[in-house]
Amino acid sequence: MAGARERRIPDEERASHIADLKPSKNMSTPESPGISLVNTAQKAPSWTRSFFTLDVGFHGLMLGAALTVLAVVGLILSELLQRSALAWQKFGFHFFATSAWDPVSGDFGALPFIFGTVVSSIVALVIAVPLAISVAVFVTEMCPKPLRKPISFATELLAAIPSVIYGLWAMFILIPILRVNVAPLLAKYLGWTGLFAGPMYGYSMLAAGVVMAIMIIPIISSITREVLAVVPQHQREAALALGATRWEMIRIGVLKNARAGIIGAIILGLGRALGETIAVTLVIGNTPQIAKSLFAPGYTMASVIANEFNEASDTLYVSALIEIGLVLFIVTVVVNILAQLLVWTATRGAPAGSNV
Amino acid sequence: MSNSFLQVRRRFADYLATFVAAGLSAIVVGALVAIFAYLVIKGAGSVNWAFLTNVPKPVGEIGGGMANAIVGSAILLAIGSAIGIPFGIGAGIYLAEYGHNRLGSLVRFTADVLNGVPSIVIGLVAYGLVVAKQRHFSAFSGGVALAIMMVPIVARTTEEMLLLVPQAVREAAFGLGIPQWRTTVSVTLATARAGILTGIMLAFARIAGETAPLMFTAFGNAFWSFSPNQPIAALPLQIYTYALSPYDDWHRQAWAAALILVALIVGTISVVRYLFGRSVLREVS
Amino acid sequence: MATAVEVRDLKAWFGKTEALHGINMAVEQNHATAVIGPSGCGKSTFIRCLNRMHETNPVARAEGDVKVGDMDIYSMPAVEVRRKIGMVFQKPNPFPSMSIYDNVAAGLKLNGTRNHKDLDQVVERSLQQAALWDEVKDTLKKKSGASLSGGQQQRLCIARALAVNPEVMLMDEPCSALDPISTAKIEDLIFELKQRLTIVIVTHNMQQASRVAEFTGFFLMGNLVEFDRTEKIFTNPSDKRTEDYITGRFG
Repeated sequence: MAGARERRIPDEERASHIADLKPSKNMSTPESPGISLVNTAQKAPSWTRSFFTLDVGFHGLMLGAALTVLAVVGLILSELLQRSALAWQKFGFHFFATSAWDPVSGDFGALPFIFGTVVSSIVALVIAVPLAISVAVFVTEMCPKPLRKPISFATELLAAIPSVIYGLWAMFILIPILRVNVAPLLAKYLGWTGLFAGPMYGYSMLAAGVVMAIMIIPIISSITREVLAVVPQHQREAALALGATRWEMIRIGVLKNARAGIIGAIILGLGRALGETIAVTLVIGNTPQIAKSLFAPGYTMASVIANEFNEASDTLYVSALIEIGLVLFIVTVVVNILAQLLVWTATRGAPAGSNV
Repeated sequence: MSNSFLQVRRRFADYLATFVAAGLSAIVVGALVAIFAYLVIKGAGSVNWAFLTNVPKPVGEIGGGMANAIVGSAILLAIGSAIGIPFGIGAGIYLAEYGHNRLGSLVRFTADVLNGVPSIVIGLVAYGLVVAKQRHFSAFSGGVALAIMMVPIVARTTEEMLLLVPQAVREAAFGLGIPQWRTTVSVTLATARAGILTGIMLAFARIAGETAPLMFTAFGNAFWSFSPNQPIAALPLQIYTYALSPYDDWHRQAWAAALILVALIVGTISVVRYLFGRSVLREVS
Repeated sequence: MATAVEVRDLKAWFGKTEALHGINMAVEQNHATAVIGPSGCGKSTFIRCLNRMHETNPVARAEGDVKVGDMDIYSMPAVEVRRKIGMVFQKPNPFPSMSIYDNVAAGLKLNGTRNHKDLDQVVERSLQQAALWDEVKDTLKKKSGASLSGGQQQRLCIARALAVNPEVMLMDEPCSALDPISTAKIEDLIFELKQRLTIVIVTHNMQQASRVAEFTGFFLMGNLVEFDRTEKIFTNPSDKRTEDYITGRFG
């Protein structure tokens, strides 16, 4: 790159469209095959300093843009910390252990929302993981070639549908189905677990879990597919050469090798589920309570913010909501970092560690 | 050694595994089909000229539409892009051309972190940064929220596309005496422009459907609004409000709006995928 | 002398390209047969047909008669063929997520052996046969298959293949990724293994062929040009093409 600063052909003499660089047809010398200097006959003027500063200036500009990324995250943290300070000072750690949520008396406790977020995410994972991994395995290892693109495209389209549309569909289509067809069956056969007790009005933890599951299937599936594709072919051959059936080959030659990455994919899905707001708010019932039954309505951290922030009148109320936002931020970031580490080691690092 | 029963069981397990995997995959595809089908069934009938050109009418009056929300979404996207795209591309250029160092790794990592932040939190932050200070909701604050979400997406796809440009192209430019900055702008960027545009379009597709960041910023508006300093309607926000309402007519309109929104987003993505072939959706979703 | 594998008119394709044009070969039992030839001559394709690994490639297919003993490999499930005919690959490919023990036991477990004592026995026996036992006997279950050196990994793969008690062992350039010392160890191994089973080894190293194999087949462009005792191939080949290859005029 030092060479770029030494000679400069002034604009007037340069070929008109630098962007469409084409090597000259003739002039291929042994020293520089293919690329020749345009207008070699004319002498370039003496070296000027101007483009040196331009280079530095440009670099600085791009650096500035890159630093804004850091600045934004810094701003997010500072905003959240500042505005939640009031609630933190008032409630301290009790905030996360109490269930009160009374804007009138100014008593706030985030436990129901933490509970709701965790439970709905677990329900979502329980449903989504088998489905997502099956799709990934099917597309990568089993299905006939012509089906690959359509199925993977379909899965990607699921990722493109906005949350509010999932919510709309879940409200008017999913909930009636759950209430009328699915809930009675669940109550009848699995009611003994206590998870499917009580009346099902539709707006419930279960509905939130189901719609969240559909929403996180694409991300789990696509990362899993990437992780499976990176497993070297020689591992599959090693299994087959031992006389394994195709499923056995997938089990011992592919899935076992991709274990870490698949777990990473699942955790990434969890990260998505934790932050999911709109679809959940529309179907979970928005009731701050802790209940054992999945038929009961609930409330998540993201939902309470979405639902109540604009109505929050006094600063303590707002501060409590923002503190919930801060928790959501920290938890999501930590989960995502963990997941990305796992996926990174699986796809770019050495295949599953050298010491068992 | 009579293990023929075992062999039969192994073959059965193989068939069963394939069957189960295929079945579950069918369920997933089926879910997609179900969602699209209902969008069309419930929404197609309500997408008409009145819907596309009128503003919301009070409940009970027929002929209400979402024209202001469609335009509002476009305005918000414009504001968001005006802020987000330059920073995003700049950051992407930095990462690809200058960022092979610790700072670059930090920025890259932070961009990925930013990508994963729940959009409602971004809405809260934009509220704090803009709305609280201005003491009113505005299209501008909504644009800021959307810009914050666009930057990491655009930055990472720009970086990826620039890295795909072979070093030989840059060296050809240097060999001609073109300075670094000009090479990046006129040569490298130009070569990668198709891919970068793709990244931008995909960022649009993702941002266009976002509701949460607009709830405390753009806020929504029942009337026409073109000013960046006023609250403004947006399609996803309107769908949300209408869905929550108890009025059947508004539900009907929500379906229509949903159909339009999905059509635009899926259309954009299909075009991108068709032209560009590979899946870039992972960075977006 | 009995025939372990009888190949009659074996043809193989990759899509529309015919890679093997009607190969006829009789592989002697309890002997090692080398398969040599320049790159692209079809030698790997050939042995991959013998345990039906060739067809794992979705565009590949094969036709012809291959009999192991009196079994026609195309009239039995591929899974069974591969239990009787084992394979060791060019690049050692132990399962990295499994311990050394589990690697060797992998084939056995697939075939239903669950009893720990039986597994222990076979694992030890196979590792002994692969001349790896002494080096790993203390860390069998603690170290992963991928934590060994290249030569050790390859012997682990050999042990893994031996554990299911195959009649024939196919080796596709097993030493080409290894250092000379490991190569020598594996060549010694081949010498020992011949007593129990039949070996077919693809090699691009002619010295290796003359060291370990009694019989050699020279492949060129999908044809088996000459097949005879190794001394004859290397000292007095009948076909001029063989002679050209041996003397280094090409390949």
